[in-house]
Amino acid sequence: MKDQSNRLVKADPFYSMCKDFNAFHAKVYFENNRGVKKMLHYMGRRLSQLIPVLLGMTFIVFMLIRAIPGNPAQVILGQQATKEAVEALNASLGLDKPWYTQYFSYLGGIFQGDLGVSLRTKLPVSEEIFPYLAATAELALFAMIIAVIVGVNAGIISAWFQNSWFDYVAMVVALIGVSVPVFWLGLMEQWAFSNQLGWFPTSGRENVRDPITAITHFYLLDTLIQGRFDQFTEVIKRLVLPGMALATIPMAIIARMTRSSMLEVMRSDYVRTARAKGQKMFIVVYKHALKNAVIPVLTVIGLQTGLLLGGAILTETIFSWPGIGRYIYDAIGFRDYPVIQSGILVIAFIFIMINLIVDLLYTVIDPRIKYK
Amino acid sequence: MKKKKFWTLGVMLILVLSTILAACGGSDTKDTGSKDTSSGGDKASGGPKTLVYGRGTDSTALDPATVTEGESFKVTVNIYETLINFGEKDVTLQPGLAKSWEPSADGLTYTMQLEEGVKFHDGTNFNAEAVVKNFERWKAGADKFPYYSSQFTVGGKQVIESITADGDYKVIFKLSQPQATFLKNLAMSPFAIASPAAFEKDDDSLKDHPVGTGPFKFVEWKRNDSITIEKNPDYRIADLPKLDKVIFRSIPENSTRFNELTNGDVDIVDGLSPSDKASIESNTDLQLIERPSMNVGYLGLTVTRPPFDNVKVRQAVNYAIDKQTLVDAFFEGLGETAKNPMPPLVAGYNDDIKGYEYDPEKAKALLAEAGYDGKEIELWAMPVPRPYMPDGQKIAEAIQKNLADVGMKSKIVSFEWATYLEKAEKGDADAFLLGWTGDNGDADNFLYTLLDGDNIGSNNYTFYDNKDLHKILVAAQTEMDEDKRNALYKQAQEIISKDAPWVPIAHSTPILAANTKVTNYIAHPTGSDRLEAVDMK
Repeated sequence: MKDQSNRLVKADPFYSMCKDFNAFHAKVYFENNRGVKKMLHYMGRRLSQLIPVLLGMTFIVFMLIRAIPGNPAQVILGQQATKEAVEALNASLGLDKPWYTQYFSYLGGIFQGDLGVSLRTKLPVSEEIFPYLAATAELALFAMIIAVIVGVNAGIISAWFQNSWFDYVAMVVALIGVSVPVFWLGLMEQWAFSNQLGWFPTSGRENVRDPITAITHFYLLDTLIQGRFDQFTEVIKRLVLPGMALATIPMAIIARMTRSSMLEVMRSDYVRTARAKGQKMFIVVYKHALKNAVIPVLTVIGLQTGLLLGGAILTETIFSWPGIGRYIYDAIGFRDYPVIQSGILVIAFIFIMINLIVDLLYTVIDPRIKYK
Repeated sequence: MKKKKFWTLGVMLILVLSTILAACGGSDTKDTGSKDTSSGGDKASGGPKTLVYGRGTDSTALDPATVTEGESFKVTVNIYETLINFGEKDVTLQPGLAKSWEPSADGLTYTMQLEEGVKFHDGTNFNAEAVVKNFERWKAGADKFPYYSSQFTVGGKQVIESITADGDYKVIFKLSQPQATFLKNLAMSPFAIASPAAFEKDDDSLKDHPVGTGPFKFVEWKRNDSITIEKNPDYRIADLPKLDKVIFRSIPENSTRFNELTNGDVDIVDGLSPSDKASIESNTDLQLIERPSMNVGYLGLTVTRPPFDNVKVRQAVNYAIDKQTLVDAFFEGLGETAKNPMPPLVAGYNDDIKGYEYDPEKAKALLAEAGYDGKEIELWAMPVPRPYMPDGQKIAEAIQKNLADVGMKSKIVSFEWATYLEKAEKGDADAFLLGWTGDNGDADNFLYTLLDGDNIGSNNYTFYDNKDLHKILVAAQTEMDEDKRNALYKQAQEIISKDAPWVPIAHSTPILAANTKVTNYIAHPTGSDRLEAVDMK
């Protein structure tokens, strides 16, 4: 029975769709899983590919931020600064050296794990960046959990009851979800749920009158470690509004992707077979169909998580969230070159890692997928 | 079973992600000055008095000598003290850590008597030696201490030749040349006295662990989020400060900041736009606090670029712009029209100058006289709101209309802020909107800094260079007689008004809004408010 279904899937249009999604990263073919060794090999290869990608990126970012006008020394010293002071600071920051000297000394630092020192705050970027990263990660993951739970289920139900009122409503909402500007949504949420109803705090990660002692900088963890359940609830409350604002777009994209992917699979023969067997519809949808439909959805989830980690500037601004997006954005205003360079490098690294993890998850979800 | 596996996978993904994030952030999770703050849970009612202050941006560093931006001074002015203070709501000179001061007749020596029995927050003693060490530190690092080099350097020469301690509580400054603004400079926030024990151990430590003698002690800084300071029980003035704790929160979005205030999560907010005035006044829980104006917003006309190389064209533009309408429409009445490059609060302001009244006909006649060819000009609009220019884009549009009415076509352009400043500084703009907030309340800080030939390439963005004006401004820098000095500045303003390198637009009144629980809050013209007398009902 199983063999037959594999053969059927191979001919299914969804299979080729899957293949398109994954062809770039992984070769999909049918064979039994030969174990961890191949996977490690694949991982090693992917990680080694990472180096040229990141190198190229550091170069592009390095050149781009130097192409925009604006002198860090001038910005740091302010409008009052004398010419002499600006030149002296340029020299002490090493900004008077030729670009290639600056680039290679930056690169040399990175290989030693040194992300540079912020021109503005004079703190090492590697030290400064972590609390921001944690703040953004906590928010992004919270948002993704909302987006995945709601998005995947909405997509499944829409596909299950295709052309029903639920399908129409869900897809219209999803369309609105991808098009609504986040800043507008954020402000509306604040007005409705904070100003009018008073359910949630307006902004910020914590109640500043009752500050959280940071250990890991993931406040949900920190409050649990310290056994402060009152603070834990406060942190959750403060995650809800920005989390919802941030989840809207990925939620809509996931819902639409799940729906179309599910529709493909639902039309396939093995699903019809399962139904003919007399299997309950719920089992057919959630057990048989979802499993084959989830791969492209997983790809989208990976990409969206990566995007949220780097691109939450608007949400972070509206909700006064001390995250990495605002950190880098502010650094651009101050022409804080090391922060911009290293901040983007870290985000790119995370983005690539998330996609690698997603690729690896394919095999877990679908044992027929193997990596070469 | 398989469904369960799917969800297990989801949870795994999240766990793996957080591990990676934790790993790549560096093993070092050293905190930015976090101490045990378990005293939390206090509400204003009955318990400790906590003031939460909402503002747009975080501080850069809490070592005031190393920074130039106001958001840092807002905090440091409450942690450190200067030798001389500004008045409560003006820029008169009042005793600070120095009880009294005595200039010599030639203006080259100042003797200061210091407060006794004052301690730094780290327990070390404040005395003459500590003052000397602070000044020696600043003198040694021109690129590290920007304000020191800009305020105490004249003509490339350091003004303070030496500073010595005479006994424990007397310091003597010897200057290389008289400097009229010397005492006013000493009252500026960057020249606050820090604990030598702290900076001698590690010169960079003050920027995130400030140690001063002020009414509040540093507690914690969560970057881009909040800075907490608490009452210094050993403050040198009895019964002060009134508050137990002050928390400065960064809330970048204007409407969020205002929402937080109306919800009661913060007690006071600044950086509001004039258009918020109505909603503050209509809310009975809120009070409006006006900051005395010490700024000027202007339209600069680059005198090296045609058509503004012709003084008649510049005068014509001055006649063409309807300042009163601009102030009414975009400052909501929170400000007054400007006729001089400095606000009336500053000593030496020339009120006899008539300025250019709105007169389009006169403007047209002057343009015709100048032989203006009708060439389109670029009108630069500031991309960011500033107290002196709440909405650059809209003000530029109104000016564009004013100019079109007298036959001058203009195109509005804008750049990202740092780019805007750099390009304007290089003289790339025909006409540009900009402004200035005074540092020490002195005329020199407006006229010399913004309009003298010496400052072309730094703050004189119009490239205006008048030799007669230069002579007057330089003479005023060393003139120790207050009346004679003011007379010089009045003369300078006449020359500037005639040459018209600017269209001075307005002196705005920045506003703050506070909960009515907050009492005795006095906003200072420099933008750095001292909070020791502030209380909560």
